[in-house]
Amino acid sequence: MFDTILIANRGEIACRVIKTARAMGIRTVAVYSEADANARHVRLADEAHLIGPAPARESYLRGDRLIAVAKRTGAKAIHPGYGFLSENAGFAEACAANDIVFIGPPVEAIRSMGLKDAAKAIMEQAGVPVVPGYHGENQDDDYLAEAADRIGYPVLIKAVAGGGGKGMRRVDSAADFADALAAARREAAGAFGDDRVLIEKFITKPRHIEIQVFADSQGNAVHLFERDCSLQRRHQKVVEEAPAPDMPDAVRAAMGQAAVTAAKAIGYEGAGTVEFIADVADGLRADGFYFMEMNTRLQVEHPVTEMITGQDLVEWQLRVAAGEPLPRAQDELAVRGHAVEVRLYAEDPGRGFLPATGRLLRLAFPEEDDNVRIDTGVEEGDEVSVHYDPMIAKVIAWDEDRGAALRRLSGALAATAVAGVTSNLSFLARCLAHPAFRAGDVDTGFIDRHLDTLVPAPAPASDRVLALAVLDHLLRLDERYREMAVRSGDPYSPWACADGWRLNGETDLLVRFEDGDKLHEVRVSLTREGYRLALPGGEMAVAGERLPGGDIAADLGGDRIRASVVRTGDEVYLMHRGETRKLRYYDPGVAADEVAGGAGTITAPMPGKVTKVVVKAGDAVRAGQPILVLEAMKMEHTLTAPGDGLVESLACSEGEQVEEGATLAVIKESDEA
Amino acid sequence: MSVIHSTLDVRGDAFAQNAAHMQSLVDDLRAKVDEIKQGGGAKARERHLSRGKLLPRDRVKALIDPGTPFLELSQFAAYQVYEDTIPAAGIITGIGRVSGRECMIVCNDATVKGGTYYPLTVKKHLRAQEVARENRLPCIYLVDSGGANLPNQDEVFPDKEHFGRIFYNQATMSAMGIPQIAVVMGSCTAGGAYVPAMADECIIVREQGTIFLGGPPLVKAATGEVVTAEELGGADVHAKVSGVADHYALNDEHALTIARRIVAGLNSRKDVPVVLREPMAPAYDPAELYGVIPRDTRTPYDVREVIARVVDGSEFDEFKKYYGTTLVTGFAHIHGYPVGIVANNGVLFSESAVKGAHFVELCCQRRIPLVFLQNITGFMVGRKYEAGGIAKDGAKMVMAVANAAVPKFTVIIGGSFGAGNYGMCGRAYGPRFLWMWPNARISVMGGEQAAQVLATVKRDALERAGKAWSKEEEEAFMAPIRDQYERQGHPYYASARLWDDGIIDPADTRRVLGLALSASLNAPVPESRFGVFRM
Repeated sequence: MFDTILIANRGEIACRVIKTARAMGIRTVAVYSEADANARHVRLADEAHLIGPAPARESYLRGDRLIAVAKRTGAKAIHPGYGFLSENAGFAEACAANDIVFIGPPVEAIRSMGLKDAAKAIMEQAGVPVVPGYHGENQDDDYLAEAADRIGYPVLIKAVAGGGGKGMRRVDSAADFADALAAARREAAGAFGDDRVLIEKFITKPRHIEIQVFADSQGNAVHLFERDCSLQRRHQKVVEEAPAPDMPDAVRAAMGQAAVTAAKAIGYEGAGTVEFIADVADGLRADGFYFMEMNTRLQVEHPVTEMITGQDLVEWQLRVAAGEPLPRAQDELAVRGHAVEVRLYAEDPGRGFLPATGRLLRLAFPEEDDNVRIDTGVEEGDEVSVHYDPMIAKVIAWDEDRGAALRRLSGALAATAVAGVTSNLSFLARCLAHPAFRAGDVDTGFIDRHLDTLVPAPAPASDRVLALAVLDHLLRLDERYREMAVRSGDPYSPWACADGWRLNGETDLLVRFEDGDKLHEVRVSLTREGYRLALPGGEMAVAGERLPGGDIAADLGGDRIRASVVRTGDEVYLMHRGETRKLRYYDPGVAADEVAGGAGTITAPMPGKVTKVVVKAGDAVRAGQPILVLEAMKMEHTLTAPGDGLVESLACSEGEQVEEGATLAVIKESDEA
Repeated sequence: MSVIHSTLDVRGDAFAQNAAHMQSLVDDLRAKVDEIKQGGGAKARERHLSRGKLLPRDRVKALIDPGTPFLELSQFAAYQVYEDTIPAAGIITGIGRVSGRECMIVCNDATVKGGTYYPLTVKKHLRAQEVARENRLPCIYLVDSGGANLPNQDEVFPDKEHFGRIFYNQATMSAMGIPQIAVVMGSCTAGGAYVPAMADECIIVREQGTIFLGGPPLVKAATGEVVTAEELGGADVHAKVSGVADHYALNDEHALTIARRIVAGLNSRKDVPVVLREPMAPAYDPAELYGVIPRDTRTPYDVREVIARVVDGSEFDEFKKYYGTTLVTGFAHIHGYPVGIVANNGVLFSESAVKGAHFVELCCQRRIPLVFLQNITGFMVGRKYEAGGIAKDGAKMVMAVANAAVPKFTVIIGGSFGAGNYGMCGRAYGPRFLWMWPNARISVMGGEQAAQVLATVKRDALERAGKAWSKEEEEAFMAPIRDQYERQGHPYYASARLWDDGIIDPADTRRVLGLALSASLNAPVPESRFGVFRM
């Protein structure tokens, strides 16, 4: 076994590899870019080395630097993780040339699986099922119709030069074939100047099912069963589970066998994943799955396999790379229970899943135990940057059966809190809660089909959210007053509290929050019995306290709940049962400040000459923006806009001599500003 | 410290009856205050709001640190005094925290007769300034007033304690280093213009605030010039041209935010000159005070039952417990602040008076604030006591109390009659604050005694003249005297005339004292120097 390995990756996978290596007594060397100087994987590793600036091209993809670090630190092997250089045959070659073990498959295996069409051909030859189709040169109409009959309807006619759906036709029966073919050809000719087509079986209800395989250098190969990754969005996996729902033993055995055959066909070593597309229009069938591609690395979703098999796949990788045989034979492997993983991403489902960036002001997960596992590369306070994959964590749950595992995972998500960066947390929770998903009725079109329910249109903050925001605000006031008192010379001051005490009466307080474009005003009666809130849905008695760690225990009209709240400046994030809501505290007095100077007349502060006019009438200007330059007393004075607004008029021109106090420009407030 | 053990039967009939009685008094108090807080009524409030202005109480609320207490003064000022209803005398005063610092807030209520100054408005404004001066509280004036109430000018303008004194106070407090801040949120006409002009720092609200010595009508009459109020003395004039105002605000909220920032930048630190202890709630619920106080003021009760429901942990270290027992003296803490308590437990005898003088001297020596719980029918009378020199012993107590320079706080929890008022730090003895409970009565003597005394004098005169006076005639003579004393001795009557700083719910006594103690400790506690004690 290696004494030292280098981990040529970052984020959660680097942390994941470090964990196993450490458990095996192997020293770990991390590498990092300038953007990752304080990253979790750098903190966890035994040592860490800077390999370049933030862009991956100049750091994590710089094989030469990685090899240099490995040599310098005495690392005898490099674990590439996933992504970056994990499937780069050139890098694997360079490692070999430097006597460093690349923890992955042989160079040829990487290469042969890297070309998708060639990989399919290899598999077809080895007897692994591929999607039936005709890709030949014979474009005769009748011949193609025969091919379609052979493949079996429905079929898909596709332009060879195709893309974007142009020249593509689904055909459900032989009677419609001729017309559809003519139409597809016309479109293809028009769009690509090439009317050649190919024919493939149309998969009406596709599921993405993949088989984890492992092979060693002694010629042994096993599979570690399947993972179902059908919940995808634009080929990005969202939820992964093992085993696949409703998987018959016979189909599992057939798929496993096909995958092992595939691995053996290319002389595979190490961890690999054979991806199949399964047609489940008639359920999972032993003759209804087809090879798609093989990933020659450890997959993101490997933890679900680990949880149902009780194996540590990174340990397997290290052992195989070190020349040891596979730790288990096929008959020593079995499926136990069910595991589900979700990928928590910094992205905004409400804005087309656009990647999000920012500081993780709050990042809390449930405690890990035998049932719940969290793989993450970040911690609260870390930055999610634009440079790398915006994954925050993988949350994985295991239980005896699928229903129980889903319940557990839902529970784990409810106990997860993310603030500061928009995340897909509530989207994930809705996926898990969807009745069709619960029933195991999944296919790759699931998310697109149910997008409206999975990403509901934004609704104004609920009474409950507003009540939590107000309660947090009031608790915060009280805390701030007491804190100030402690630091003052009057530490127990009875003035330092926020109960709104009044002589012979009570008072109230208007608390305002901006919620997107909407302004919520909540009147809080500060009664001797406690807070009473006037919410859009009615009155609510609210009480609560701050718990150590910042969460609040709230009593909202008798409902006792716990919520996580983060406040930075005027922004407040409320996290409750997997939902994060962002509001902005609004103070009309402070808001007025921002427009206060907007309106106004710019006058000459002293006699001088206008040497430059930067704006023209009608221009929108921002506070501090230069309006004109005045030369006076041998100095150039730049006169700037007092606030945001519009240039109503300019009362001077370049070269003009002006007197002290002369009006030079008039700025008027504008609603848009 | 030793803890008071209450002997009160909170399940007994007497307790329930007492509690019900006090509850009815507090309910009435609250109802009246609710009414007073409505200011000039619905119509005037609507008109005020329609101009884009915040109501005066909302201005105070937006000025102080959100949600913090506000210790209002003189809520009953001018209550049933004038023919017109002038709620709170048309001005809100009180202590509130602004940016972490206790300030005196003086806020005109323009919904009440345009915020003009009636005689009691002036008195209330001056009292607020007096509280600010004694306790070194920065003053924030939220100005929205038409100035002196012209029909009442003779009682508003000329005398020493009249309108001019407001600006005198601003000048002299500024000289003492007590910040004077004005926020012009409405009119400041004629003399009123001096409130912002005399301030250390001044804010004006655009299209609301105006400052001028002579308003548009006066200008037109004097010079024929036609000018709008805004052109004559609005924010654009004063913040951009004249320099009368220092800060330009877009609206009320903005102005108050600027005021809060000014206070935040005052650069001073409050260090209380006393040894603090971590506060503790009383061992007995302050709400039980309702049941402690007998319905009939003549029924005696142990004042320690009151103390037990006011002080931290009900802990009270008594001084001279077994000597001069009609006066209870001792040390305690309220909200963590050390206090010396002087409380009546019956009529004052020579021993009690001397004990009181001794205790007050002790507190002054140690610079411990004094709290007087006043419930006194007077000093003991009669040949024996006069011969025993009760007058000189009473004088010792008065001498000590008058010269005690530590912060003094008086709560009239029952009767406040005769010379007892003096010895127990009545209004004339300069307590920093003086409050009454709703059951309290204040007069030179009790109504019954006054009627008896006057009836005795009259009967003697009639008898000397050889005339008869029937029982019925005597009763007819005494009834109006009793009625007059009852009316004039009532807390509402007293508070309307600012004989006190307010009427308080007994259950709030601890809170009110705590807030006032804290506020008072903004000023250093000076050394006390006493005069000649008659021995």
